[in-house]
Amino acid sequence: MAFIEATDLVKTYNPKGAPVVRALDGLSLEVPRGTVLGLLGPNGAGKTTTAKVLTTLITPDSGSAAIDGIDVLREPDRIRRMIGASGQYAAVDENLTGFENLDMIGRLYHLGGRQSRARARELIDLFDLSEAGNRPVKGFSGGMRRRIDLAGALVINPPVLFLDEPTTGLDPRSRLGLWDIITSLVDGGTTVLLTTQYLEEADRLADDIVVIDEGKVIARGTADELKSQVGGQRVEISLVSGDDRDRAVEILDRVGTTSTDVTADGRTLSTTVADGPAALQQVLADVRALGIQLHDAGMQRPTLDDVFLTITGRTASHDDKEEAAA
Amino acid sequence: MTTTTRPTTATGAPQLEPAPNNTLATWFNDGWITTRRNLIKIKRVPDILVFTTLQPIMFVLLFSQVYAGSIDIPGSNYTEFIMAGIFAQTVVFGSTYSGSAMAQDLKEGIIDRFRTLPMSPSAVLIGRTNGDLFINALSFVVMIATGLLVGWRVRSSILEAVAGVALLLLFAYAFSWVMAFLGMSVRSPEVINNVSFLILFPLTFISNAFVPSENLPTPLRVFAEWNPVSALVLAARQLFGNVPEGYQPGDSWPLQNPVLTVLIGVVVLLVVFVPLSIRKFRTISSR
Repeated sequence: MAFIEATDLVKTYNPKGAPVVRALDGLSLEVPRGTVLGLLGPNGAGKTTTAKVLTTLITPDSGSAAIDGIDVLREPDRIRRMIGASGQYAAVDENLTGFENLDMIGRLYHLGGRQSRARARELIDLFDLSEAGNRPVKGFSGGMRRRIDLAGALVINPPVLFLDEPTTGLDPRSRLGLWDIITSLVDGGTTVLLTTQYLEEADRLADDIVVIDEGKVIARGTADELKSQVGGQRVEISLVSGDDRDRAVEILDRVGTTSTDVTADGRTLSTTVADGPAALQQVLADVRALGIQLHDAGMQRPTLDDVFLTITGRTASHDDKEEAAA
Repeated sequence: MTTTTRPTTATGAPQLEPAPNNTLATWFNDGWITTRRNLIKIKRVPDILVFTTLQPIMFVLLFSQVYAGSIDIPGSNYTEFIMAGIFAQTVVFGSTYSGSAMAQDLKEGIIDRFRTLPMSPSAVLIGRTNGDLFINALSFVVMIATGLLVGWRVRSSILEAVAGVALLLLFAYAFSWVMAFLGMSVRSPEVINNVSFLILFPLTFISNAFVPSENLPTPLRVFAEWNPVSALVLAARQLFGNVPEGYQPGDSWPLQNPVLTVLIGVVVLLVVFVPLSIRKFRTISSR
């Protein structure tokens, strides 16, 4: 039996004056002990709702969930004693210092004063938070808050961690820093459910990926398996001058198995190919023969963005923009 | 090789075992930890402290100095008359912090964090309402000192005066639970602030807090006579010995039995809103 198991979760919301929202629509997933599951999907797909069901925050309309064989719905208090959760928004008290936040969490886990203080100090060292240790969290950067929040999830050294969009809204440098921390946790053997809308993040951190959309699982597998579902590799070239576009499209069409995609500025072209290395060599030779100048040329395996596009007919990131604009 | 049967965890160390959450001791622990969190906030957010101490001073000075000359209270002086009104108004408004703070914590995801911990489900609410109680107690010290400076005097016994302070704080404490429930239901700190001002200003001003209600136009007089704030103010006035000689509080039952009315009110509010708030807390989560 998998360490985390969710079966047929359904959760509907009935907002006033709006159609019923099926946040979870028969979602099932399992996470084997000591592995990381990446729950991937655009905003509103049901990622956070899934995490909230498993962390005892909300009750599903139907379905069941268990962690290490303990029923999440029937014994929420036992579950709360073995999980650590880190939310989408840095859920730390702004008016408390980093140390006070961690100490408070330890005491609310009933670790006792001495152990709570010791653990808080340990985490502050571990997460390189000494700067934030003795000053109120208010005024610290987003990356620092996330680290405190993540440290809060680790106070009892839980066997299960729920990380709900741990790097959303962070700058690239803070994101990389947080990824390193998460990677080291994972190496320690913690079972992790990670939700993310960043395809790169799931690819980098997760052993297995479940892609969800509209409350349903639409694909699952390792990053490599999902990529191969989309089909072969892609060859991509960037032109110095947009004037060469039509001639370059012809070259790519000859090696491609699909029609050539051209970006809006007409200077980056790509196509799916059967045999990557051979196709790339062919393209480079043709380009040279015609004297077309390139900024860049390369071969890529499909990204998870391509996976999402293939399965749902739309890109994950495009969906985000719509949501942000709404 | 690990010597425990537990799975290896985050830092390779075994899991720290939280104590079971079922004893009175953990309940007290959780209530104290969340109370301490709110006390730290009062210390660190200067706005709260300034508002809590300056506003009552301002009210006492404004009413006693600006209106005292123009408003004639037969059998007493205006300063003595309005102190109970200012006490009541201040502590009732002091209870509204619980509403906006619960909404704010919900919005920021802090409630989510607490709800994933194996703590007592009433603890956050207990800590929050205790925070209001502390703020109100602080305001009280400031108001009493300012009142004494401008000539307010307790004309009853010390014991009765203490009972008066306790009654006001108790009522405000019960009211904090109402506000906490509203804060969790309304979910927006801004909305809950505006709504509470819209409700509390009429409630405190259409009462006997600042002028005797007998002089009000009939509809307002009837409202004032049944207004629980009137009963609270009258009860406080009686306990401080500040009821003017020959004062006619009104014929309504609450004003004939003000202390009893307030005590009944406190019990009803607590019996209804403590369980309601805890039940609400157990299901709420950020959006």
